[in-house]
Amino acid sequence: MEYNVKVWRQKNAKAKGHFETFAFDHDCREGICGACSLYVDGRAHGPDDAVTTCQLFMRHFKPGATITVEPWRSGAFPVIKDLVVDRTAFDKIMQAGGFITVRTGSAQDGNNILIPHDDAELSMDAAACVGCGACVATCKNGSAMLFVAARVSSLALLPQGRPEAARRARAMVAKMDELGFGNCTNTRACEMECPKHVTIDHIARLNREYLKARFSE
Amino acid sequence: MWASNYNYLIYMADSKLISKIPEGPLKEKWSKRKAEIRIVSPNNKRKLEVIVVGTGLGGASAAASLGEMGYNVKIFCISDSPRRAHSIAAQGGINAAKNYQNDNDSIYRLFYDTIKGGDYRSREANVYRLAEVSAAIIDQCVAQGVPFAREYGGYLANRSFGGVQVSRTFYARGQTGQQLLLGAYASLNKEIAAGTVKSYPRHEMLDLVIINGEAKGIIARNLVTGEIERFGAHAVVLATGGYGNAYFLSTNAMNSNGSAAMQAYRKGAFFANPCFAQIHPTCIPVHGDQQCKLTLMSESLRNDGRIWVPKKMEDVVKLRKHEIKPSQIPEEDRDYYLERRYPAFGNLVPRDVASRAAKERCDAGFGVNETGLAVYLDFADAIKRLGHQRVQERYGNLFDMYEKITSTSPWEEPMMIYPAIHYTMGGLWVDYDLQTTIPGLYAIGEANFSDHGGNRLGASALMQGLADGYFVLPYTIGDYLSHKFAEPKTDTNAPEFAEAEKAVKERIDKIFAVKGSEPVDAIHKKLGHIMWEYVGMARNEAGLKKGIEEIKALREYFWKNVRVPGTNEEFNQELEKALRLVDFFDIGELMAYDALNRRESCGGHFREEMQTEEGETKRDDENFMYVAAWEYKGEGKEPELHKEELKYENIKIATRNYKD
Repeated sequence: MEYNVKVWRQKNAKAKGHFETFAFDHDCREGICGACSLYVDGRAHGPDDAVTTCQLFMRHFKPGATITVEPWRSGAFPVIKDLVVDRTAFDKIMQAGGFITVRTGSAQDGNNILIPHDDAELSMDAAACVGCGACVATCKNGSAMLFVAARVSSLALLPQGRPEAARRARAMVAKMDELGFGNCTNTRACEMECPKHVTIDHIARLNREYLKARFSE
Repeated sequence: MWASNYNYLIYMADSKLISKIPEGPLKEKWSKRKAEIRIVSPNNKRKLEVIVVGTGLGGASAAASLGEMGYNVKIFCISDSPRRAHSIAAQGGINAAKNYQNDNDSIYRLFYDTIKGGDYRSREANVYRLAEVSAAIIDQCVAQGVPFAREYGGYLANRSFGGVQVSRTFYARGQTGQQLLLGAYASLNKEIAAGTVKSYPRHEMLDLVIINGEAKGIIARNLVTGEIERFGAHAVVLATGGYGNAYFLSTNAMNSNGSAAMQAYRKGAFFANPCFAQIHPTCIPVHGDQQCKLTLMSESLRNDGRIWVPKKMEDVVKLRKHEIKPSQIPEEDRDYYLERRYPAFGNLVPRDVASRAAKERCDAGFGVNETGLAVYLDFADAIKRLGHQRVQERYGNLFDMYEKITSTSPWEEPMMIYPAIHYTMGGLWVDYDLQTTIPGLYAIGEANFSDHGGNRLGASALMQGLADGYFVLPYTIGDYLSHKFAEPKTDTNAPEFAEAEKAVKERIDKIFAVKGSEPVDAIHKKLGHIMWEYVGMARNEAGLKKGIEEIKALREYFWKNVRVPGTNEEFNQELEKALRLVDFFDIGELMAYDALNRRESCGGHFREEMQTEEGETKRDDENFMYVAAWEYKGEGKEPELHKEELKYENIKIATRNYKD
């Protein structure tokens, strides 16, 4: 697409205005990098299920239709410019505990950790999260529960990383609260809009992990 | 007199190409080198700073590992989060010589396959080391919680990839790159949390700073505010990926670019084998003039999919008019041309071979869509053989992706595919330590040239990125840094920084000063047409010369007609693209010079003058068994060639044969 959409920018009635191109985040165009972050016609990633904005095709719209495009709407994602928002809050949540503390080179043979086929598949379902933020943008509470759940649940389904599981659940949830994301009220809007089919089962698993962690405090 | 003088200069310059390959038997080289490397003590590591540019598999894994070791690391990426680097889009898998399948795989076999797949244009020692560390990568990723596919017994599952006869590819559905990157990103986050790594997202490197001949820092633009910032360090690592977007249409992400490598090249780093670009056979065909990128369908699909075009021209005509569906064409009227031409490897021949075979059929008029540039990849047999569920598990997300883009279901009709630019084997010249010709400047992953020769095998890019980042660079860079711990922190007020910053600002001002009328993308698309036409799948002398002229002319056109709105002091994506396009002109030109020089057909580089009667590549080992390392001589000027002879002591050189 050679986009030629221009925006007229003018600060006030007296100021001199000028044309500019407008900004939006986009990169892989394959639905995997998670850079897309557009609210199209009132839905995160537009009127199709399980897609990122780059996978939304014009065939979903009637000829001549007016299309409304907005940036992600969430207090935790301030707008940088036009349709570009700042999602560093997600990185901060991950930095709070979304990892297994293992040094390079200290791992045992991969086949020494046996993982049942179905557990690996379920873990992969959660790990498919692309970190786009559609769940937050679509949630009336601006909650990042699905995002946090995807990471916590993916690791909770595996034997690796158990020694720090409790710390992880506590730290990631605490960081999410601290950064201004809302609470989960089980409206399921997030799973409706998740481009990667991450379901709220994972939120249930996060809740179990979190409760276990609180009891073990 | 002049001639002898000239020879002397060449000699002097080539003495810069010291590959530092350790003496001794192949199997012992890496151990030997590791033993020689001086170690920096923990208290000194704390005093040393390293800049890593790029957060893909190479950059993220290197930064995380260096951070763990105790160095102070600064990491830069152009996207809003390190997790969005283009490694994330790799689909099929990662190779490792684990021999879990008991198919007699070994380090040697992986090494051999990689050298052969690369058409005998990569360095033996580097490739052997890659194969040697490959197994540890899988262990590392499993420990990080990467959910690799498992068998019912809980053991790791494998699949096959092109160019090999064993099953050594580990995978996480069709999202292996994503999962490996999230593993490396998690390790990176661990170090950011620990304070050893500082992350600079939405920052783009715009120049390399050299002080007294050594890399000491970078100039970067804050992509949110437009501020031009200076960053100093004791060493700089480029992990900025490949330059495939010179073709405009490629499977690379929109923002992938070769600018960091070009900045290093212009500052004196040699650029090796630029003409080796990989054209991936299984991409969704181009469908119109407004397209901005191409979508890859994973090579893993060739495990179970069969590639064909009709045998009869009348079927082709009907298909193009949509009068019949491909599934209606009977078996005996289909030409499974890869199985026909390469019985031993069939649909799993290496990428360059599969791409050229598709081009051959389409050039002969058998392309199956309206543009005549598409062939079928058919899963009907696989679905019959394996059942719906097994196919869904293996390729489900790829089928969904295809259906979303084309609105046809691969469950019912075969996919349509055509080759597209995907990966660049060429890159900054590095020695065995992954150091470029500029001391203190390292290049890892796709940004260097060292491991894939003329053609990369599938599932080997992830392997190389992580091998370099986790297991090679963190050791080898220590050898350089062990001499630096007494040096104070790099002073970013040094005149070299001021000069580099000034040059960057001037370049930006120059772009705004053009005030033309043409958007950056429109000019980039023109470059893409030139590249695909003259430096694409088939190249010849006249075409390459014409290509060089046209690129030069287009560069001039750019400087007269480009229109970049807005200002530098803001979030300005048009400016980002314009700056990258300026570098793509240099890359395109360099690729053409290299392709012109390399008068042989080899891997992804096909010179029409050099082919067998059957249309296979004809290598010229006598004259071209070398790495072509190019030295920058000024904008628009012909670069100077330096040669690193390739010696094969452990492998018998042969014509690549995938027929029997």
